[in-house]
Amino acid sequence: MKNENLYNYILGIADNSLILGQRLGELCGHGPNLETDIAMTNINLDLIGQARSYYQYAGKLTGQDKSEDDIAFLRLEREYRNVLLVEQPNTHFGYVMVRQFLFDMFHFMLMEKLQHSKDETLVAIANKGIKEVSYHKRFSSDWIKRLGDGTAESNAKIQEAINDLWRFTDEFFQLTEADKAMVEVGIGVDVSKLKEDYYKKVSEVLEEATLQTPENKYFTKGGKEGLHTEHMGYILAELQYMQRTFPNMTW
Amino acid sequence: MTSLLEPNIDIALIPILETVADPEIPVLTVLDLGVIREAVEENGLVSIKLTPTYSGCPAMDVIGDDLKAAFAKNGMKAEVTLILSPAWSTDWMSEAGKRKMEAYGIAAPLEESADKAVLLGNAKLVKCTNCGSTNTHLVSQFGSTACKALFKCDDCQEPFDYFKCLK
Repeated sequence: MKNENLYNYILGIADNSLILGQRLGELCGHGPNLETDIAMTNINLDLIGQARSYYQYAGKLTGQDKSEDDIAFLRLEREYRNVLLVEQPNTHFGYVMVRQFLFDMFHFMLMEKLQHSKDETLVAIANKGIKEVSYHKRFSSDWIKRLGDGTAESNAKIQEAINDLWRFTDEFFQLTEADKAMVEVGIGVDVSKLKEDYYKKVSEVLEEATLQTPENKYFTKGGKEGLHTEHMGYILAELQYMQRTFPNMTW
Repeated sequence: MTSLLEPNIDIALIPILETVADPEIPVLTVLDLGVIREAVEENGLVSIKLTPTYSGCPAMDVIGDDLKAAFAKNGMKAEVTLILSPAWSTDWMSEAGKRKMEAYGIAAPLEESADKAVLLGNAKLVKCTNCGSTNTHLVSQFGSTACKALFKCDDCQEPFDYFKCLK
């Protein structure tokens, strides 16, 4: 493949949307109330829509007429480039909102910068996506404030979720080989430069929500290199089951 | 390169395009929605550029198929390409479309700053489609489709959809 770095760079963004979308999809019909149920599935729809646009583009780059479905459904676990945060399970609603909030804050900053890429297609997807992501960010930030500044119990639960998921946040800012190559040619975003601003903005929301910003400096990573947590295999089992069982099936 | 901000549509094709409606909001034609950015005929082949309202909007696949079917009925072959840039905005909806939508029971998008004030709960500006009162409140930021939020009227108690401003 001629543009292997670009291909891998695109998957690094797209897989986050696909896997988080899949996680949110699991909640369809299981939200704590109707409004949040609809909200999470709506966010899922936006993310899957964005992932489709990325995969269609990536498919063209392979030069082998690969479809969006081939890329989404027929890769092995090690070939998925999503960050570890998005594959973490839907433990409880507070967890789901913290995972969403930590991701949305990063996703928004990434889309902002991707709008200035030298790659026209990525700019088009980012221009479209940022409108949706800004809405996601508003929704998840509102819930962080509501739960953090809610009852003693909701505050304790949400604080625990933040403390637990915090270790996955540093991975956003790690550059893979594909990232580095794409930053160099003005296509990719240098995510390492977003770090300071990210933690500042996240802390501001946490403070407003009367929550503590964790101070732990232990971070875990690997997803971007294809090394996933134990949850990933289960996600893929469900995601890929249909295409693996009935190859080339369509609706 | 022509700018797709102003759609490039052959006048002769308009009567056919007008027969294709949004599957979710059937009172709106694809022209009312502003999702057709280009429709030109050359040697019997109609090429259409369609832009999605939201990235994951499932209506887009259906609209693409409906467009092809509508042209086939008129003995023409149509080719539909999905384009993402420039990104769709609620500004591209026609005024007539907004009025039809309101009559159908969906409040039309406000302009950007008003929309923001309403969704953040700082103002009451969305008009109830049942009684016309602006004494309404946001029930849910997300509604039955990606493009809508759910509202309720505090005067007549009617729940209704509001088409969110997207810019």
